[in-house]
Amino acid sequence: MSQPTVKEVLLNPIFNNNPIGLQILGICSALAVTSNLNTALVMSVALTLVTAFSNLFISMIRSQIPNSIRMIVQMVIIASLVIVVDQILKAYAFSLSKQLSVFVGLIITNCIVMGRAEAFAMQNPPMLSFFDGIGNGLGYSAMLIALGIVRELFGAGKLMGYTIIPVVNDGGWYQPNGLLLLPPSAFFLIGLFIWGIRTWKKEQVEKPAFKMAPQVSNKEAY
Amino acid sequence: MSSQKESTVRTLTVALLVCLVCSIFVAGAAVALRPTQQENRLLDKQRSILAIAGLGEAGMSGNQVKQLFNERIVARLVDLETGKFSDEFEAKTFDPLAAAKDPALSQALPGEQDIASIKRRERYSTVYIVEGQGEGEIDTLILPVRGYGLWSTLYGFMAVEGDLNTVAGFGFYQHGETPGLGGEVDNPKWRGMWPGKELYDDNGKLVVQIVKGGVDPQSPKADHQVDALAGATLTSNGVNSLLHFWLGENGFGPFIANLRAGEA
Repeated sequence: MSQPTVKEVLLNPIFNNNPIGLQILGICSALAVTSNLNTALVMSVALTLVTAFSNLFISMIRSQIPNSIRMIVQMVIIASLVIVVDQILKAYAFSLSKQLSVFVGLIITNCIVMGRAEAFAMQNPPMLSFFDGIGNGLGYSAMLIALGIVRELFGAGKLMGYTIIPVVNDGGWYQPNGLLLLPPSAFFLIGLFIWGIRTWKKEQVEKPAFKMAPQVSNKEAY
Repeated sequence: MSSQKESTVRTLTVALLVCLVCSIFVAGAAVALRPTQQENRLLDKQRSILAIAGLGEAGMSGNQVKQLFNERIVARLVDLETGKFSDEFEAKTFDPLAAAKDPALSQALPGEQDIASIKRRERYSTVYIVEGQGEGEIDTLILPVRGYGLWSTLYGFMAVEGDLNTVAGFGFYQHGETPGLGGEVDNPKWRGMWPGKELYDDNGKLVVQIVKGGVDPQSPKADHQVDALAGATLTSNGVNSLLHFWLGENGFGPFIANLRAGEA
């Protein structure tokens, strides 16, 4: 197998191999923190940093990690990084960390971080792994930011807290769509985005696992 | 894979080293950042107390908040059992929320009394006072309130004017209600409906109420009623219950009565 280039690992995850859009990972936090753009942005930065540095550190010690405990070693490193990020947010972005509450801590369980550590950093050199982490973080961020924009704009008439469309509650004309502020709406939006990406990039459409078998006798219907 | 890498001793050594390095890293970050975090938490609380008391403006810097708070606001400890001021603990550093978890400083609430769903109530609580011109005169009294909404416990303050009846301000500094629905408790428009409302009727009965479907301005009760949040019935009910708890006989009710009689 040929060695991937930095450009490939950095840019591929954004559209060609989006962690949320194609791999369908990290959905939980994508539903929870995207009701406004601010929290989506902070979450994106936090996850990108954690993925990048966990990839870097894991790759640095990859030849030392015994195979039997590799997962738990990865988890220890990821968990430490997440705690540090959480502490930094509490110290320097207090109001945002209040809004993100438990979801920063839950980066630990985000499949993207663990998935990249296991699938990429365990085999590749540190710098390349670092950029792979950044790239996947960017892919996740792109999806989160898109969700955050749609949900905040049409759900609350605002972007980053600034009013864009005046809503009825504040004397404007726009009746906001309350559903967009609830987590399930992100499911619909992610579905629409995946549809969009796969219409544009046909190669991402998955082959069906089974073909519908032809009906061989009339008795099957009964 | 060499067999040496997979040996038991080797595995244990790697595990130990990884844990050691990570724990030093995490502990270092936690210790180094703790003072900034505590500062933030205190500042956040002071900022919301000032905002609810109607002092200062929105975009104040941290230092301005601290200065204004120290100048204008006095913290006093209240014994909720006797309804009187107490000097049992230092009011500035006493933490009522921590006390509510301490069995020695709190008591469990029986179900029928626990309308705010807080489970335990602390014996001592901290109130904040904006002092008036005269000796011991109260310009604004700020009471901490909390209770369960739909998803989360809401933590906030109720500020009443010197007559101990008219609302000066009301708001929450921490909650986890749905943004756009229950989260509209933070909406300045809704918060703006509170000042001027009266908590008690002429007989001293607690009558403040959150009503669905809009307040009829013609109604004699209009002075005591506030419109509920649209699409957030359970949060509105929770806010109503927590007000009734904290302003009622199990909360600050006795203290307010004593204060009015000049016996606190």
